[in-house]
Parts: sequence; C-alpha cells; structure tokens
Amino acid sequence: MSSQANAAVTSLWEGGRSPYAVNSKKFGMWLFVVSDALTFSALLMAYTYLRVSTPNWPTPFHFSPSIVFSSIMTFVLLSSSLTMVMGVHTMNHGNRKATVGWILATMAGGLAFVVLHLREWLNLINNEHITIFGNPMDVPLFGGTFFTLTGLHMTHVICGVIYLGIIAAGVGRGKFKAEDVEVSGLYWHFVDLVWMFIFPLVYLMSARI
Amino acid sequence: MSAARATVAVVRSERAPLVDTLHEWVTTVDHKRLGILYIIYALLFLAFGGIEAIIIRIQLIRPHNTFVSPQVFNRMFTMHGTTMIFFAAMPLVFGFANYLVPLMIGARDTAFPRLNAFSFWLTAFGGLLLYFSFLGGNGLYGAGNAPDVGWFAYAPLTSRTFSPGHSTDFWILALLLSGIGSMGTAINIAATVLCMRCPGMTLGKMPLLAWLNFTMAGLVILSMSPLTAAQLMLLVDRYLGGHFFDVQAGGSAVLWMHFFWIFGHPEVYVLAIPAFAFASEIIPVFSRKPIFGYPVMVAATLAIGFISMSVWAHHMFTVGMTSAGNTFFVLSTMAIAVPTGIKIFNWLATIWGGKVQYRTPMLFCVAFLFQFLIAGLTGIMLAAAPFDWQLSGSYFVVAHFHYVIVGGILFTIFGAFYYWFPKMSGRMYNEALGKVHFWLFTAGFHLTFDFMHVPGVLGMPRRIYTYEPGRGWDIWNLVITIGVLFQAVATLVFLGNLLWSKLWGKVAGSDPWDGWTLEWSTASPPPAYNFPSLPEVRSRRPLWDLKHPEDPDWHYE
Ligand SMILES: [Cu+2]
Repeated sequence: MSSQANAAVTSLWEGGRSPYAVNSKKFGMWLFVVSDALTFSALLMAYTYLRVSTPNWPTPFHFSPSIVFSSIMTFVLLSSSLTMVMGVHTMNHGNRKATVGWILATMAGGLAFVVLHLREWLNLINNEHITIFGNPMDVPLFGGTFFTLTGLHMTHVICGVIYLGIIAAGVGRGKFKAEDVEVSGLYWHFVDLVWMFIFPLVYLMSARI
Repeated sequence: MSAARATVAVVRSERAPLVDTLHEWVTTVDHKRLGILYIIYALLFLAFGGIEAIIIRIQLIRPHNTFVSPQVFNRMFTMHGTTMIFFAAMPLVFGFANYLVPLMIGARDTAFPRLNAFSFWLTAFGGLLLYFSFLGGNGLYGAGNAPDVGWFAYAPLTSRTFSPGHSTDFWILALLLSGIGSMGTAINIAATVLCMRCPGMTLGKMPLLAWLNFTMAGLVILSMSPLTAAQLMLLVDRYLGGHFFDVQAGGSAVLWMHFFWIFGHPEVYVLAIPAFAFASEIIPVFSRKPIFGYPVMVAATLAIGFISMSVWAHHMFTVGMTSAGNTFFVLSTMAIAVPTGIKIFNWLATIWGGKVQYRTPMLFCVAFLFQFLIAGLTGIMLAAAPFDWQLSGSYFVVAHFHYVIVGGILFTIFGAFYYWFPKMSGRMYNEALGKVHFWLFTAGFHLTFDFMHVPGVLGMPRRIYTYEPGRGWDIWNLVITIGVLFQAVATLVFLGNLLWSKLWGKVAGSDPWDGWTLEWSTASPPPAYNFPSLPEVRSRRPLWDLKHPEDPDWHYE
C-alpha cells in the first residue's frame, strides 16, 4: 500500500514533465510575483514603521474628492481584473477575437486607473500642497511614503498595460498560447492585489471624516 | 593520423572571422556561453577587487603610512567590498550555476534563455557603471569620485549632506541594476531545476548541486527585494528630497540597517550554498564513494536557507535592541551551526574509508573543510551578543568574514574551476601549476587571515586608514600584508594556468574524472544542444549505472 502511495508521489515529481502540471513560464511568473510582492512589503513595512514612530501622523484625505476618487479607482482596477479573467477564459476556448476585446477592456481599465490617480496626485500637490519633500502638516515623511508607494504601484500598472498591449497584439495576429495570456493575467491580478493593500493602508487609514 | 590532420585543417579554414565570433558571443542565449561570460566577467572584477585589497594592505603595512590619502582609502575599501560581493562572487556563482545546472539535470538549456542573457547584461552593465564612477563620479565641491560610504552604506553617510556629488548614486544604480539581473537569473535557475529535468530525474535523484543551487535561487528571490526597495527609498531621499533615512525629519537610519541586513545575511548563504554544492560534487568523486547522507544533505541545505532568513540583526547587536530581540537573534544565529555541522560531518563521512585522490580540486575542498570549520567557530563566537559588543567593528570581524568568503567560498570556487575546466574548455589544466596555486594561496590565506584575528582582539578597528605605532598591531599588519602578496602571486599562477591550458593543455576527453553525473556523458566542451542522447536516469549516479551494469545504484536507493 505504501509502495502504491510512493509510486503516485514519484510520478508527480517525475522528471521530463512539470510538477503539478505548471509549466516553466507560469512558474517563473509566480516567482517574479513573490519577489515583487516582497519589494512592496518592504516599502509597506517602511511606511508602517515610520508611521507608527511618528506621533502626529497626518490624515489629510477628505471624503471628497480623495476618498471618493480612490474608491472609484479601486472599483475600476477590480473590474479590470474581471475583464482579464474573461480574456483568459475566452482564450482557453480558442476565441482569439473575444480575447483581444477583453484584454483591450482590461487595458482601458488600467489606463483609466492611471489617469484618475494622476488627477488625484495633482489635487494633492496643487490644492493640499502635499509633495514628496514637504507638506503643511509638517510631517515630511507623509509625502515621501505616499508618493513612493503609489508611484511604484502606478509604474507597475503602466508596465502591465504595455505588457497586455504586446499580448493583445500577438493574440490578434495568431501568436501566443492560452498559457501566455494566463501568465499575463497572473501579473495583472498581482498588481490589483497590491492595490488592495495600498488602498486601505495608505488612503483609508489617513482619511479625515 | 593524416585524416585527423585533414579534419583539423578543414575546421581551421572554416573558422569564422573574429567579428562574427564576437557577435555570436554578445548575442548568445546559450546557457553554457552565458555561464562562461559570467565567469570571465567575474574574474575581471576579482582582479579589480584584488588590486583594491592590495592598495588597502600596502597602506596598512606600517603605522603612519602615506601610500594613499584617507579619502582614497575610503573609496578602496568601499569598492573592494562592493566589487567582491556583487561583481565577483555572485557572478562566479551564477556562472557555474548557469553552466552546470542544465547539464546536470539533462536539459537542453535553461527555462528562460533570453531572460538569462538579459540578466547577464544587466549585471555586466551594473559593474561597468560602478567603475565608471572613477571617471564620471566627480561632483560639486571637489567631492570624491568613487563611492566611499562602505559596502553597507549606512545612513546618514549616504545623505546628500554627507555624500555630495554622484559617487553614492553610482553605487545605488549599479546595485539596483545588478540586483534586477540577479533576480532574473534566480528565477531562471529555480524554474529550470523544477521544470526542465530529463525523464527519470526525480527530485530525489537530482545531483546535490542542482538542489543547492535551487535553494540559492530561492534565497536570492526572497532576499534581493528588500535591498531593491531600500535602494529605491535611498534614491527618493537623494533625488526627490524624501526623508526615509533622514533622522532629522522623522526618518530612521535603523530602517536602512534592517533592510540592508535582511538582504545582507542571506547573501552570505547565497554565496556559501553553491560553495557547498561544489564540495558536494567534488569530494565524492575524488573519494570514489557516493555522497554520505544525501537526504540529510538536502534537508540541512533547506534548513540553512530557512534559518538564514531570520538572523539578520546579529549585524546590529551594537545598535541597541531590546534584550528579547538580542536573545532571539543570538539563538537563531547559533541554530544555523546545527545544519552546517551536519553538512561537515557528511563530507567527512564521504571521505572516510574512500580511495582519496588528492588532485587539485580535492585539495581545495579539503582545505575548505578545515577553514570553513574555523570560520563557523568564530561565527558562533560573534553570534553571542556580549562578545559581539566587544569586537563588532574590529578586525576580528573582518578576519571572520574573510575566513568565510575566501577560506570557505573562494576555495571551493577554485576547486570548481579545476574540476569543470576540462568540461568547459575541452582541455586538461596543468596539475603541477594547480598544486603550486593551491599551496601558495593556502599559505597566503593563512598568513593574512589567521593573523588578522589578533589585531582585532587587540582593539584595531576596521576601516581606519592608518594607526599609531606601539599598540601591538604593527607586526601583525606586516604579516597580513605579506600574506596578500602570496595570494596575489597564487592568483596570477591560477589565471596563467587557465590561459595556458586553454591554448596548449592536453585534450581532456568527455570524462576525465570517471564522474557519475550527466555532464560527463556528453562531449567536452558540450555541443550547443548539450546531449545527443541521454543515458537512462534511475539513480543519483546515472553514469555509475552505465559503467557498472552488474552493480547499479538503483539496486540500493
Ligand atoms: Cu550575518
């Protein structure tokens, strides 16, 4: 009986095929996601550490426009994850045309997020006078942590839009397999997930209600 | 005979012009060529770092020496540390991993050949950027050119106030670039090991080298990110007026220390675990016995990798942590000694009762066993917080980590060079020169680093550019510098041996060591596709099974 169990385990980890049927591209993306997640957690740790050790951390985000704006951004980004799921789904069924459509919708969501976020940045810089090196609340670290965290995330969204653009163009011309679309989806969901940490920790916890 | 001559002549006439050859090498995505590129690049930087070490030691040869100015001295130890860790040791490790892992698991190439090339060139440009600072780093106010903030670059030394000009920026960008490159290579190695093994090569039948490099890749993936994040924050501080590490504005200098050492300690194991991998391949072959306790070796490696993630603050005992914090990091650091000790006993048990052949690779590995043991023992001494309070920042620490990195890691890397040189070049190295290299280098190593412990205990701080006579440090510093001379000559012998053997060495054949792992089953150097056909893999030593069908390993495993 134990030899049977043994045989099952060996066949699972047999060379010449991939463990758990994960191919190397997907596995590589997972590893990248792990390392990138750690980069973000390092920044979030720095932010938390500095926030906790500063006695009067400011809470400058008014319900309107900052919280409203950031909530809409969150909604847009989450919806784009849904369209990405649809893209992967249609690609699995071999419907390349629909896949291109869904990926384009995802890219539109990402772009909308970036535009909204930039407007929110401009609002902070112009109306609240919060910049990366200083602010009226006299806690210069607030701007530094805020813009670094959201800026790095926005860079990831922009990279994601470009990545999806390349995938969409390829899928449209008959290149790429379902696997490749899924791998790009993995990245996109990860970027969304990071936002689901940044949104409460950076925005909601600094809301002025 | 004449037929052989004729084929040689044909090959000669078909040799591509130099430009084409160079173009092929620059655009290559072949894991073997990238491995060799990594190694050659690392040797270049090993020479740079060595020259900086020589300058440091000449300055310290006697008290009140004025060979270099204090400013230049600061640049030299910063560049020496940064170069040796990021641009000599890591590329060496990655180069061998790149070359060997696919060959040993029977794969055609790595999982992501193009990512592999991309990562190499990122690392290469990182190193060039760092050294470009000597030319382009001159900033305002007559500020210096090369980085001079020490290899761990503590805040606030790196702030704009204390580090005007661009030298620190070169340091940050060079490490960011090479860090992203390391990440790519690590992802590639991990994916290759898990996804590209040939039929029959189960995880339990992989050569230890593949297992250990897989662990190394995991450590890089987990530990590089905090450093990347810290470098990003430092860039924001320096260029955008942020205040992450600026205590005056509410930032935290200790934050940098934590992030740096969360990377910095696992980094030691990023280098040491591949060194263990070389020892685990070389010692069995030259003892003519299979490795003792394979599953325990794998488990000990994973344990080392796991524990090494939770010991970083032993570099920060003098910062003033709570006693609970101190206790945790003392205990976790000491815990690493257990799996490391298990490994040493396993290597000894492999040698025990074997028909030991003292060829050059084996000599280096035997010396490694002794030296790594001593390095580990001083490590346990320093892991005790009260002892560390006394000797942190002294030459005792410098002696300890050079014992680890030179006596442990570099020795096995030299062993790996001699062991796999026949495979990589198709030629045999010169055994006599190899032994000269070994004895000269070992003598120099012990002259330098054994005696370096003494001025440390006598209170000589690290990083001072000169010292007063009569403190009892003079004679030791003289001996240390003489040892460096031996090491420099030995390294020249080594490089000369490689060059000479590549050009005029005996043809090695595919299997000069009567080896057991898959890389010895293909031609030397291997063709671009690695294997025309693979032997059946049914045990950890597929070539033993092939050569001894009457008594194959899979009868026992
Ligand atoms: Cu350490």
